[in-house]
Amino acid sequence: MNRAAWLAVLGAALVALPWVAGEFYVNLTSQILIATVFAASINLLLGYGGLPTLGHAAYVGVAAYVSALLYLKLGLAHWLSAPIALIGTTLMACAFGWIALRATGLGFLMLTLALSQVLWGTAYRWVSMTDGDNGLRGLTRPSPFGISLDGATAFYYFALAVTVASIWLMAKFVASPFGAALQGTRDQPRRMSALGHNVGLIRWLAFVYSGFWGAVAGLLFVYYHKYIHPISLSLTNSAEGLLAVIAGGPGTLAGPIVGATIVMLLKNYVSTYIERWNMLLGFVFVLIIVFMPAGLVPGVRRWWAVWRARRT
Amino acid sequence: MTFALEIAGLHKAFGGLPAINGVSLGVSAGERRLIIGPNGAGKTTLFNLVTGDLAADAGAVRLFGQEVSRLMPYQRAHLGIARTYQIITLFGRDTLEHNVVLSLLGLAPERWQAFRPLARYGHLRAEARRVLQTVGLDQLAGRPTGEVSYGERRRLEIAMALAQQPKLLLLDEPFAGLSREERVAMKQLVGQIPREVTVVLIEHDMDTALDLAERITVLHYGSVIVEGSRAEVVADPKTKEVYLGD
Repeated sequence: MNRAAWLAVLGAALVALPWVAGEFYVNLTSQILIATVFAASINLLLGYGGLPTLGHAAYVGVAAYVSALLYLKLGLAHWLSAPIALIGTTLMACAFGWIALRATGLGFLMLTLALSQVLWGTAYRWVSMTDGDNGLRGLTRPSPFGISLDGATAFYYFALAVTVASIWLMAKFVASPFGAALQGTRDQPRRMSALGHNVGLIRWLAFVYSGFWGAVAGLLFVYYHKYIHPISLSLTNSAEGLLAVIAGGPGTLAGPIVGATIVMLLKNYVSTYIERWNMLLGFVFVLIIVFMPAGLVPGVRRWWAVWRARRT
Repeated sequence: MTFALEIAGLHKAFGGLPAINGVSLGVSAGERRLIIGPNGAGKTTLFNLVTGDLAADAGAVRLFGQEVSRLMPYQRAHLGIARTYQIITLFGRDTLEHNVVLSLLGLAPERWQAFRPLARYGHLRAEARRVLQTVGLDQLAGRPTGEVSYGERRRLEIAMALAQQPKLLLLDEPFAGLSREERVAMKQLVGQIPREVTVVLIEHDMDTALDLAERITVLHYGSVIVEGSRAEVVADPKTKEVYLGD
């Protein structure tokens, strides 16, 4: 089967899901979709830019907190708070990118971590604003075009539409000339610079774009849970996203989707049976890296190619 | 007269160790200049100072009279400097064609386009094929760069530089590691570079590229010790001292 056929099957299965599955699975899939957008936004940096970020929860958390606070403190409607949250978070990515991109590799990773930890600490301590460890409750879901998203199915279709649009736009991005240049800066930054590419600006723009998609994931997250807690800004959350990308296959479009699915299944499904799901996640992750160092998607593709070559 | 490339009083030290020690030279437009010197003479460092990969401690680099010492490498590329690398620096996972397309994109306004697929830019691919043809690699255009031979990668290095239609082309040991036959082909290729392009070529082996050059600069321990026409430099006793040994 070719790629279009696979996509058609996957699309049909996703659209049909609420008819065949119960509410639990519909909600679980909604969460997988949200995690997918988050992982895909990390993949833009890690997979296509070669920039490992350990602070991407910052964009999820800030977008979620801004949206929540605008509603709770100012009573703003969603059609107004959503763009403000997206623009505000993207502006923050502009500043964070400028700081973090003074380094690459490990230095970049540590700077992204440090910046996100500042926000995590703030969310914990600034109790008058964020209610600290209690989190912010009493939030609502938006009603686009008058359609309430309070039901599991309605929200699921909303999340699906946003996710498909996000992945499509990110796919367009990496296939564009700019995306090709970004991948060039990942592989040979010095050569790219000698060829006339402004490596610093390319990386910064990719960082900002990635931060924007992180913010989109953050809005979906806060709409889904109707609740936001500092843990969304935590290192754990950033690391989960990063793990999903590495496990699925950085630098591939399907990688973050597969990776996010595995992480969310373990986190939400297996955790009802096994208390120490984190240990299992670690174990699965080690297995993937040992047997498929490039991640599941490239790994399975290679095994598939080998298998087919043997048959003919 | 303005030089295509003028270097004045250039200094660069690595941790107190001078690599380039007060180098001044001028290359006329359209000239073929050979810079030779033993290993460690500072040839590649000199190139890196011209392209901006390294920042000079002191001195000036002028391109057609314009001071470029403070500019970033990508800005210098837009002013017409292109280079090849002694240690081959290519995009190994991508096809030869994609390598050249990245080179073309470097100077094209389309490089900021972030929505329309690169595959739709037929003119870039057509141009890349044309450039690959001039270096005899058009048959391999669709092959991943990691799979072609060393000599072919050397040619691709040149193709990527030529694709940018530079005013000043810096070739860093283009013959390094090539077989005798490949050297002959490479010489032919360098000989075919249009006269509008000023070419500066580095070589540590004196005989390899001698007949390509009009003027020769001999670099030794970061300083210019001899400069002149081919005959002058070859006849100079200082050249013999550096090269032929005692």
